[in-house]
Amino acid sequence: MIEILDKDHLARSITRIATEVVERNAGAKNLAIVGIRTRGVPLAERLANEIETLEGIRPPVGTIDITLYRDDFKEITSSPDVGGSNLLFGVEGKDIVLVDDVLFTGRTVRSAIEAIIDYGRPNTIQLVVIVDRGHRELPICADYLGKKVSLKDNEYVEVHISEIDGEDRVVKVTRK
Amino acid sequence: MKEHLLGLEGYTGDEILEILELSKTFRQVLDRDVKRLPTLKGITVANLFFEPSTRTRMSFELAEKRLSADVINFSASTSSVKKGENLRDTVDNIGAMKVDMTVIRHGAVGSAQFIAKHCKTVVINAGDGAHEHPTQALLDFYTIREHFPDFKGLKVCIVGDALHSRVIRSNVFGLKALGADVTLCAPSTLLPMGVESWGVKVNCDIEEAIRGANVVNIMRLQLERQTAGYIPSLREYGIVWGINSELVDLMDKDHIIMHPGPMNRGVEITQDVADAPESVILPQVTNGVAVRMAILYLLAPRSGDIHE
Repeated sequence: MIEILDKDHLARSITRIATEVVERNAGAKNLAIVGIRTRGVPLAERLANEIETLEGIRPPVGTIDITLYRDDFKEITSSPDVGGSNLLFGVEGKDIVLVDDVLFTGRTVRSAIEAIIDYGRPNTIQLVVIVDRGHRELPICADYLGKKVSLKDNEYVEVHISEIDGEDRVVKVTRK
Repeated sequence: MKEHLLGLEGYTGDEILEILELSKTFRQVLDRDVKRLPTLKGITVANLFFEPSTRTRMSFELAEKRLSADVINFSASTSSVKKGENLRDTVDNIGAMKVDMTVIRHGAVGSAQFIAKHCKTVVINAGDGAHEHPTQALLDFYTIREHFPDFKGLKVCIVGDALHSRVIRSNVFGLKALGADVTLCAPSTLLPMGVESWGVKVNCDIEEAIRGANVVNIMRLQLERQTAGYIPSLREYGIVWGINSELVDLMDKDHIIMHPGPMNRGVEITQDVADAPESVILPQVTNGVAVRMAILYLLAPRSGDIHE
């Protein structure tokens, strides 16, 4: 297990991304943050907190569960938990900042985009990820990025978030 | 979740609660502008209705379409059943067209079980004779839970033809598993032999049965029961067993009124009770679509299940 980002580095990455988000969107007035279950959810909350510190406005935060939007339903052997989505604000006309921990094949992000559009027509959807590990299967890229790493096929990135895993840390693991 | 949904007999309270919890997600989808999910893209569902049905059939069909499944419909009146084909051959032939799931309503007890045993398809029972109608009971429980989050000790009074009603049987099995306090009320001619063994209270006195209840679930009286001699007349049934506002006044202050439809207004339920603010008869119909979406989602074949 090799460390990619430590606790402080992860925190600084989120602070920097918050700055980039408000710069590109000229403030926070029209923003809404959406975390992809599971680890995108606490990350979305943290990003919203940072944006509030910068701009004095806390954008609304929602969560999205992509289970029902997966393109591999028949390949899943058992029925996985469906966490449900929670987008209480209207997405119509908003600038949606979609947050996930790792960008890999791009299929999760594709599903999330489809799910958001079923709630309405946002002005833009922008993507935040903590780690981009490459090996994309769809034409999707991050607008805001913590760190890009190059990995072999049997290497994986794990983002540990204190709310879920008890620590803030990003590591590389090798699986057989 | 089991491989098929044939009935609620044998289900535990936790298994039922799991289905109800999942149904919430689908219920939210019904409140969106786009009431559609791509989840069952590529799955084909056949709705086989050997008995007339409007509500259940439309509810299943909507649930299937809202999950993006492909749907084919079959009704006995216009089919080869009229030409003498037996049930197994009918289902096998439909299965040969690579159908993944079958929703079946049939007048014979055990027909859903029979199909599940003999044909290669996932089976959802939409009513088999006087046996079970599990999705109706599940949508009843979902609706109850919107008002009363805890089933333990909840007083539920079920009024109507327990002898012929599959809705009552499925309700009784499920409510017992959930720990509700169930009282069954019907004229003694419409109580089945051995009803004592169902493990719920039975009381032929409607005033006693309904007193203090949180939920009254009123069953449709099949009009042909009169000609069969089970009740003297519809008018008398309405006077003695029909739920009116005086009877509702005997219920707990916190109560809801349910009916699986279609209603005979003025027979088993009076106008004012059917349209009372406590009536959740239309929410039952809405929730039915969500609950059926959850069932379809849970049972849809994954790889390695039925078709390779």
